Amino acid sequence: MSKIRWEHFHHQADIGVRGFGQTVEHAFEEAALALIAVITNPASVKPSEAVSIHCSSPDRELLLADWLNSLIFEISTRRMLFSRFAVSIQAQTLTATAWGEAIDLARHSPAVEVKGATYTELAVRQQADESWMAQCVVDV
Amino acid sequence: MSREQLIQRDEYQWEIQPTGPMRVPVIIYASDELIDGMDRKVFEQAINVASLPGIVKASYAMPDAHWGYGFPIGGVAAFDPEREGVVSAGGVGFDISCGVRTLLTGLNREQLKSARKELVDDLFYSVPAGLGSTGNIRLNDREMESMLREGARWAVSRGFGVAKDLERIEEQGCMAGALPKAVSQRAKQRQREEMGTLGSGNHYLEIQEVVEVYDQDIGNQYGIRSGDVVVSIHCGSRGLGHQIGTEYLKKMVITAGQHGIRLPDRELACAPIRSLVGENYLGAMRAGINCALANRQIITHLARQSFERILPQAELKLLYDVSHNTCKQEEHRVDGKLQRLFVHRKGATRAFGPGHPDLPDAFKTTGQPVLIGGSMGTSSYILSGTEESETRSFSSACHGAGRSMSRRAATRQWQGRQVVDDLMARGILIRSPSLRGVAEEAPGAYKDVSAVVNAAHRAGLARKVARLVPMACIKG
Repeated sequence: MSKIRWEHFHHQADIGVRGFGQTVEHAFEEAALALIAVITNPASVKPSEAVSIHCSSPDRELLLADWLNSLIFEISTRRMLFSRFAVSIQAQTLTATAWGEAIDLARHSPAVEVKGATYTELAVRQQADESWMAQCVVDV
Repeated sequence: MSREQLIQRDEYQWEIQPTGPMRVPVIIYASDELIDGMDRKVFEQAINVASLPGIVKASYAMPDAHWGYGFPIGGVAAFDPEREGVVSAGGVGFDISCGVRTLLTGLNREQLKSARKELVDDLFYSVPAGLGSTGNIRLNDREMESMLREGARWAVSRGFGVAKDLERIEEQGCMAGALPKAVSQRAKQRQREEMGTLGSGNHYLEIQEVVEVYDQDIGNQYGIRSGDVVVSIHCGSRGLGHQIGTEYLKKMVITAGQHGIRLPDRELACAPIRSLVGENYLGAMRAGINCALANRQIITHLARQSFERILPQAELKLLYDVSHNTCKQEEHRVDGKLQRLFVHRKGATRAFGPGHPDLPDAFKTTGQPVLIGGSMGTSSYILSGTEESETRSFSSACHGAGRSMSRRAATRQWQGRQVVDDLMARGILIRSPSLRGVAEEAPGAYKDVSAVVNAAHRAGLARKVARLVPMACIKG
């Protein structure tokens, strides 16, 4: 798999997160990794503890924002970072497990706190090769 | 949208005339150079705002305007509730009531000099900063409700500061009309351990020196002289505000159609002021303002304790506390008539001029202090509100420099350690939990705040009073 799985894109004040995958679910998982990479190097986060996440929204794009915002909520209230995700989507509901560990300032050296996933540049779409792309700008 | 479509009204005022769905013109205050450097997205976003129901007079952009979410950052827009006017969660932003307060210390540079390192280390130890940091205050449900209702007034009543502080805060430290019930449990949960924390990103606590006073009269009345040391705190409503913004943005997107609102951009999500969602958002957002005011009040108390330990001769008096991300009900004169309007300021500072009835006696003849933050290595400014800003921008001015470079580009260009060392060589001490955070916030990643302030001054939005330079900075 040499293909890019996730990336950041430019926004003047903040930063965009973008995930790619063979399915919508995979694209959402990769977008979540891109979100973590805004804060720290995901490779530094041990996937030792599992957290369950549920959210629902009337369409796929709002669901992406909801998913990222749910993670932001867990990061903020559990003071954890995550590095592995398993997402499943049925109709308008997303169920996921995120694996991670408590924030370790020395090891993770978190650069910023993410305030929220925004609807700016919010898009979930299938590309020409039938793979999926999921993206939005996050406010830091 | 290209620059050619801008009509230059005077040296610092540009207009886009209404076309298509626009209900009012766009007015941008900026110098020629700032207009050149302004992201074209600012024009698009200001045009979208101009098309929202009930907008009054114009959709404004301040000299520091940049690409935001729905509204430009540096956007100001007022809505009339009697003409189906709306309130927009995106028009306030995620960090509700993010703002700046400046404290006078009564010390000059020389008096601070020998204790500076010890002081900044004590402050860094005392004021929680960065992701994952927690405050020492835990609020139970009842205390949370009181805090959301009463803001800095709550904080003072719990021993964080003195009653005198309150007259030096917008709304006297307590935003009326807060509805703690309209704030979700999740938002409250997110705040539970975050009272009195600085946050991260561009938030800071800075020790600064007054290096230039442009207006001696107003400077005297504000109590600032060249050589004085002041402390400025920049932060907002923490997790609670972020969660309120997130949740109401979604509610407003989903209900816009039911209210007959066609959104040119989802991020412009809004609801009629006179609707259940609109009223609940206003109540929750006001609770968010109170959370920010309480938070800055607690941090002020922590800073005072640090000074007490290291430099007990200092007396930290609050000059003023301003908020950048708000929607407030205010009276403004439109076509000769006083109207009650809902003024959104997204990355813009309220700038009431002399004689405004909401100002404390201390500022009746000067206008309110308008505090403009820079970045770690650059100047900050104190301005004062002017009478003419009422007709120019519903009494609003700029809020800061604004980024010129993305975070990613900044980390490619600078190493955090190098930024800290370079600033140290210039006599500025930096303390931060994250070196990558420092690199992302490198002074070079920001626009020239002086150009922004000069444009605000020349456009009559606010008057320059003093320039400050950093001596030490706790970076969140």
